[in-house]
Amino acid sequence: MVTPLGNNLDETWKNICAGKSGIGPIESFDVSAFSTQFGGSIRDFDVSPYMEPKEAKRFDPFIHYGMAAAIQALEDSGLEIAEANADRVGAAIGSGIGGIGLIEKSRHIIDKSGPRKLSPFTVPGAIINMLGGLLSIRYNMRGPNIAITTACTTGTHNIGMAGRMIAYGDADAMIVGGAELATTPVGLGGFAAARAMSTRNDDPQAASRPWDKDRDGFVLSDGAGVLVLEELESARARGATIYAELQGFGMSADAFHMTSPPEDGNGAARAMQAALSDAGVAAADVQYINAHGTSTPAGDVAEARAVKSVFGDAANQLAVSSTKSMVGHLLGAAGAVEAIFSVLAIRDQIAPPTINLDNPDDECDLNFVPHTAQKMTITRALSNSFGFGGTNGSLLFGKVD
Amino acid sequence: MSSIEERVKKIVAEQLGVKEEDVQESASFVEDLGADSLDTVELVMALEEEFETEIPDEEAEKITTVKLAIDYIKENLQ
Repeated sequence: MVTPLGNNLDETWKNICAGKSGIGPIESFDVSAFSTQFGGSIRDFDVSPYMEPKEAKRFDPFIHYGMAAAIQALEDSGLEIAEANADRVGAAIGSGIGGIGLIEKSRHIIDKSGPRKLSPFTVPGAIINMLGGLLSIRYNMRGPNIAITTACTTGTHNIGMAGRMIAYGDADAMIVGGAELATTPVGLGGFAAARAMSTRNDDPQAASRPWDKDRDGFVLSDGAGVLVLEELESARARGATIYAELQGFGMSADAFHMTSPPEDGNGAARAMQAALSDAGVAAADVQYINAHGTSTPAGDVAEARAVKSVFGDAANQLAVSSTKSMVGHLLGAAGAVEAIFSVLAIRDQIAPPTINLDNPDDECDLNFVPHTAQKMTITRALSNSFGFGGTNGSLLFGKVD
Repeated sequence: MSSIEERVKKIVAEQLGVKEEDVQESASFVEDLGADSLDTVELVMALEEEFETEIPDEEAEKITTVKLAIDYIKENLQ
């Protein structure tokens, strides 16, 4: 994974468990005219271990981040793709927005020098499914190759749907996740225009504060998360390190508003319930939820209500945290990095914290793991994502004995 | 100032990710130097930039070897 807290899994997870913030000023372009001037940028990233620098310059950096995360995940998995299994390995990696930075720069080239000066890689370098395409070419992965795009639920939907493809028999292993780089002038300006982002420019590291009374919007971040999903017996047979089992997946739509959830969070609740039902697991058998928890005024309360409606009395036994308090909101990559955090929570038996939660808002009275990680028994974890358009997804992961 | 031959070979090497000493004048971009159709479009754009000229598409299509590129530049750049 590549996140504002580290350009690999170990570094990111260490910083997450320590409750560190990866948020800071945006320095990739002049932000002085923007109402929000900070975000979760990727720092000190070297693409050369993952792509030839000459090749890399043709592609938007969201593809660099995605390639890095995918190559890291594949190497960690030990999965070998040979002629015998090439047709049985695929990719499902999305992005919320895709190569918006490259598209913006291309428009400037047209204005300045004319359309003849556009690179032949303008379109291949910006489109969302090129990430899966490049991986398939590099590793000869000839199975299903798709990229689901559902705003902030992108990562979650790609993981869940790829799990279904394996269960259905389309593939034995899928490389899954999401990648994003939307801290560009149009990305930052667009979300600012929608009044969705925090404007706490004087203290960026305190800006992402899910469920806190003083929250004022989400923090836009970049990065990528990729996992290797594999049919359980196939993974066992080759002696792979199995971090967790994907046991359930649920989807729903709010059918309510483009950018705001219904007050009771019924869409979120239906996604969580569907994931539990898919797995045949009772709510009381889940100990941890990695919440969507973006730090927006409406979304956080709706999600808290949704958790209470699904879990009832069992909600009081749960740990519910938002790792977005530390890495910010990676949009199409969010569901993927948060699925990884959920899986690592199960592996290490630790609930990562929600930092900046100083004064919980009314109705936000669950154990949101404020400030400090909590050691606890976690056999099952839910990971929630809710996106613009009112599209919801929830993944249920379980410990494997 | 480097010769036109040297400048063309340098650009070909950079664009196609090959060593300058491997760029023989007789080399075909696609068959000998591993370029695909998108690479050759990008290569022609790099030549246009280096020599501050515009190569029309119908001419660009005919430039398939290092020598043809050098010849084109020499003929059209005075």
